[in-house]
Amino acid sequence: MSEFDYASAPESKAIANIASNYGLFIGGKFVEPKQGKSFNTFNPATEELLSKIGYADKTDIDAAVKSARLAYTRVWSKMPAKERGKYLYRIARIMQERAREFAVVETLDNGKPIRESRDTDIPLAAAHFFYHAGWADKLEYAGFGTKPKPLGVVGQIIPWNFPLLMLAWKIAPALAAGNTVVLKPAETTPLTALLFAQVCQQAGVPEGVVNIVTGDGVTGAALVNHPDVNKIAFTGSTDVGKAIARSISATKKTATLELGGKAANLVFEDAAIDEAVEGIVNGIFFNQGHVCCAGSRLIVQENVADEILEKLKKRMSLIRVGDPMDKNTDLGAINSKEQLNKIHEISNSGDAEGANRWSPEVKLPTKGYWYPPTIFTGVSQSHRIAREEIFGPVLSVLTFRTPSEAIEKANNSMYGLSAGIWSDKGSKILWAARQLKAGVIWSNTFNKFDPASPFGGYKESGWGREGGRHGLAGYLTSEAKVSK
Amino acid sequence: MIIDGSETSLRKFLSDLPPVDQVGAEARAGMLATRSIKTTSKAWAIDMAISMVDLTTLEGADTPSKVKSLCAKAVRPDPTDLTVPSVGAICVYNDMVKIARTELDAIGGESIPVAAVATAFPSGRASLAVKKLDTQDAIDAGANEIDMVIDRGAFLSGKLYQVFEEIKVIKQICGDKAHLKVILETGELVTYDNVRKASYLAMLAGADFIKTSTGKVAPAATAPVVLVMLEAVRDYFTLTGKKIGVKPAGGIRTTKDAIKQLVLVKETAGEQWLTPDLFRIGASALLNDLLMQRMKLRTGHYASANYVTVD
Repeated sequence: MSEFDYASAPESKAIANIASNYGLFIGGKFVEPKQGKSFNTFNPATEELLSKIGYADKTDIDAAVKSARLAYTRVWSKMPAKERGKYLYRIARIMQERAREFAVVETLDNGKPIRESRDTDIPLAAAHFFYHAGWADKLEYAGFGTKPKPLGVVGQIIPWNFPLLMLAWKIAPALAAGNTVVLKPAETTPLTALLFAQVCQQAGVPEGVVNIVTGDGVTGAALVNHPDVNKIAFTGSTDVGKAIARSISATKKTATLELGGKAANLVFEDAAIDEAVEGIVNGIFFNQGHVCCAGSRLIVQENVADEILEKLKKRMSLIRVGDPMDKNTDLGAINSKEQLNKIHEISNSGDAEGANRWSPEVKLPTKGYWYPPTIFTGVSQSHRIAREEIFGPVLSVLTFRTPSEAIEKANNSMYGLSAGIWSDKGSKILWAARQLKAGVIWSNTFNKFDPASPFGGYKESGWGREGGRHGLAGYLTSEAKVSK
Repeated sequence: MIIDGSETSLRKFLSDLPPVDQVGAEARAGMLATRSIKTTSKAWAIDMAISMVDLTTLEGADTPSKVKSLCAKAVRPDPTDLTVPSVGAICVYNDMVKIARTELDAIGGESIPVAAVATAFPSGRASLAVKKLDTQDAIDAGANEIDMVIDRGAFLSGKLYQVFEEIKVIKQICGDKAHLKVILETGELVTYDNVRKASYLAMLAGADFIKTSTGKVAPAATAPVVLVMLEAVRDYFTLTGKKIGVKPAGGIRTTKDAIKQLVLVKETAGEQWLTPDLFRIGASALLNDLLMQRMKLRTGHYASANYVTVD
């Protein structure tokens, strides 16, 4: 029989309409950075230059915070809540209308498959704005006291793994609660945030309510340390999170930190095996494993481990790695050379420490940054690959004999962001969920997100929650505490 | 043998099967439905799908001339383009088997099998004696394939061994004269756990093919149901080394639907199942849509429905 190889089905790049350079979005306008410095953003799948991006330094951050403060005191905090909600609805609708454009830009800048940006990132980002738009005029009934108040100016720093979605997680609740924001997107993925700035203009959001400043870690530090910022919301690595916590420790600033993870995905003997295999694949290979809540530790009951691994390997052989713009691609490019090196470094320690590496036969493109879907078996708790966050398509497989051993291994981590439980037995799921020290626990599914559901971690996975009523609480204070 | 033929061993085997998670199975089928099949792979898929069609007429109003014109269509689906492959089989009621066989042999369709729906199709509500006679009658008339229905009432009331024995008896009658396709009527089994159980039960009893539906009950060949059945044949092959075919039937009307089925096959059972020997699509209206899409790919524009034959 002839082979049914899917012919390439690329999404068109033409719709992206990326400018050759972008300034900073401050006070409702795109402005040149004061020092005139810039940096480049590339397509990680091809290493092609996409655009030149303005580099914000301390003085630009100061201008952005000033504009946010002005907008807060003069406009946003005085506006009736119902009107604030209308702007959020408008943003959400425009994001839906321009969804295809957003998806293409996201995939070009980030390297993730167009199927994921089209079906997950962009629809969820719009959903976050819709959800929080509804809250804007109902805050008094949300259980935060009779007159909850916004905090003021919020500094927000987001990662490169879900650029637009993380922006939505940050900006939507902040604006709904009545704050104004200065947001710094990740250095390698600034484009959808800049496209979002255009959406704000299109929606007529008052000047200064949303400010987007692009740059690197130094830019981020300037934002964190700015004296007129009331709160920092950060998603990224645990190391940077700790640094932020240190630098705001002697100030009145509050913080929400969404940090790393090393999620345990527990598969019990009575699980629906085929769907569990799908869940394992989705848990670790979704978004190239660039997911803080990725199910990067598979902890499987020993008596079904062989069957699961055999099926998992077969399934992994079907993963389509390559051009992220192809609608049939399942695993795209690693976001940067730096990240690729990190994946190599930690994975290689798995070989050195005695774990067994396996990858299906895949042909990786010659240009760009790529890593094949990989599993390590024979992993021990003491291996680096079982402890450190790899943030790539690399799964460590451990086994357990009894349910209590599963829980013990799952909780034996400095992280506690998420966990998965696979079992057909309800009582076992509820029992395990109570034992697991993780902020998000999925049962018989993985990587499911909803704006109404709070997200956040235990231990070194962070402070606070995002999403839902709990997430909103992080952007509000009761009247008595307002100092500004 | 993975079971010894006793009721105890059958029950044990079926109750040890892993469960199907409904949400997960539907999500997987939904994801595979987003595959984008273009250009050369679309052309390949359309021809493959045509060669897999069990061209079916199962109406009370069927007449010899209706069946004969269906035979002509089966041999040469597009009379203006002889590169179009013949279909996989003709599927008719028992009394039309002889007419179909004779007609096919007369017009160059010797290699196209005739499938008969036997065993008190579609409900299966008759005594075993009648079902046996029904099957024997179809084979005597020249049927190459028997599409039997399982006794869903027996299955749902837990009489799994009765269903198993019935399939075995019918398989014996088929012998080496006819292939046995076992219709599970998944729309009446309802749960995916039942679909998985019935699939294994049929394979263990000797089915050459497992088939979703009669086409008389909705829902019929939904993507998750076909996914679960494809998983069953894949895993049965790992267990026994024997390849069993799958036939979705009912509700597959468009080229898009058919291509989605082929994607399910490729990414579940594997490419080795992409042959009419192991995958068939029970349909009637589908064939014309495949022909129109084929013309569109070749000429670049859509023709009106008058450019394909209505038979």
